[in-house]
Amino acid sequence: MKKYVKDFKVSDNVHLNEQYSLLKLKPVDGEMPDMHPGQFVQVYIDNSKNTYLRRPISINFLDKINNELWLLIRKAGDGTRHLIQTPCGSMLNMIIPLGKGFSLKNGNILLIGGGVGVAPLLFLGKELKEKGCNVSFLLGARSKNDLLEIDEFKKYGQIYLSTEDGSVGEKGFVTQNSILQSSFDMIQCCGPLPMMKAVASIARKKNINCEVSLENSMACGVGACLCCVEDTVSSGNVCVCKDGPVFNINDLKWQI
Amino acid sequence: MANLSVKIGNIELKNPVMTASGTFGYGEEYADFIDLSKLGGFVVKGTTIHHREGNPYPRMVETPSGMLNAVGLQNHGIDYFIDSIYPRIKDIDSQIVVNVSGSDVSDYVAVCEKLQPLDRINAVEINISCPNVKHGGMAFGTTCAGAESVVKAVRNSYSKTVIVKLSPNVTDIAEIAKAVEAAGADAVSLVNTFLGMAINVETRKPYLSTITGGLSGACIRPIAVRMVWQVSKAVSIPVIGLGGIMNGRDAIEFLLAGATAIQVGTANFIDPTVTIKIIEYIEDYMIRHRVDNIYELIGGMKI
Repeated sequence: MKKYVKDFKVSDNVHLNEQYSLLKLKPVDGEMPDMHPGQFVQVYIDNSKNTYLRRPISINFLDKINNELWLLIRKAGDGTRHLIQTPCGSMLNMIIPLGKGFSLKNGNILLIGGGVGVAPLLFLGKELKEKGCNVSFLLGARSKNDLLEIDEFKKYGQIYLSTEDGSVGEKGFVTQNSILQSSFDMIQCCGPLPMMKAVASIARKKNINCEVSLENSMACGVGACLCCVEDTVSSGNVCVCKDGPVFNINDLKWQI
Repeated sequence: MANLSVKIGNIELKNPVMTASGTFGYGEEYADFIDLSKLGGFVVKGTTIHHREGNPYPRMVETPSGMLNAVGLQNHGIDYFIDSIYPRIKDIDSQIVVNVSGSDVSDYVAVCEKLQPLDRINAVEINISCPNVKHGGMAFGTTCAGAESVVKAVRNSYSKTVIVKLSPNVTDIAEIAKAVEAAGADAVSLVNTFLGMAINVETRKPYLSTITGGLSGACIRPIAVRMVWQVSKAVSIPVIGLGGIMNGRDAIEFLLAGATAIQVGTANFIDPTVTIKIIEYIEDYMIRHRVDNIYELIGGMKI
């Protein structure tokens, strides 16, 4: 898939709550690159003296009707704080699209997201549904306010929720949710590392095919600097930015 | 049209803009973004005699106006380069330079001997300055005797252009440059990264798996400019300047300090098209300043 360095115009910045913003972006030249669920972009952050490198942000959704790209941003540091404050009409420069995304398999698919890790699952869920899959989303967060884009997810599959404080859905971690008693052909997961490892462990025990999306800290985003490596069974150290960010758990050397 | 071509040893670059080893992969990672044939040259990833897995993750952390890395020369080894990568890149119309590293002198020699017959590789960059490996690397580049031993051995076994990449982690970089010139180097490139470290104060752990790493980016530029100036006065072979070059202005600064060519490193991560913008800036600068030949700028600082 060809990669571009491209300017996008912020057409909408939806402040979901204090921590999260949904940026909707249109390519300035009108030409949206091809992209795949699970891929990411590298966003250039201007006017932040503490931000030197680009910020890798996963593709939340591709709205083909409005020719808009959605990025779900969590305020994590100085770079993302600038991003969530980006006013409508301003320009963002991005390297797009990057990495290898999720597989698009057939059958009964469970997509598990935690926190801002739900981001790539919206685009993935839509593509899977269009392909004829039976899609279920298991979404987890600390509390009701941290659950994002629930109305969007509802368009593409069944929703199951877990919150740590029990304010909505089942109380506890996603890995304790009762939907995991059911059987699936595939689990695809994105969220905090401990959550993904716990999900991977369940998938392995139940012999379910499972993919996870990693977020190792990275610099170039294109497989040149070899900073973001993950140790794999098949090829040793590989770049998360180029050979990932999505990996099958059988290729990872996780102790699970 | 202004003449931008420069000569480094026996190779001619169509312009003085190269990319720095370890920041540009094998060139092909950037082929979607720029026309690689527009570059004066590009230096491919540090290559060793055998496959190296490099250091464990985490290998990088962002720092003010820069970054620390501790990749540790991850590469598939020289045979893989020759069999699998060289055929893919050999037809790119630019000077392809291979950065060579090793744990002992015989490693450098063995890699260079394997590169000698490749038609499209007409220069090596001898890396005696990698701060991220336990054996070899920077150990050779921090003493005159160590630097000399590597360069002499390579010179005796490799007949094409030998560039030696110097470490800034020394008391007097000009002395090392003089030693490698005397040992037969055709050019020097400087600077490699500065040894640095950073600690996460919340977890009290170092950010890098190796604790220390190499600092690059805009934050090192003034030190690199100073070192290029000092070295260019001390030696008569060409100096290739690098260290924190972010744009065309910075590139001109290195030329004025005495660099015959420049390498762009970390800036590629921030703008994959930056090298082309730098070439265009230099062309425009030469028109604005009525300079016909790039050599009028090299060492052209007015005091």
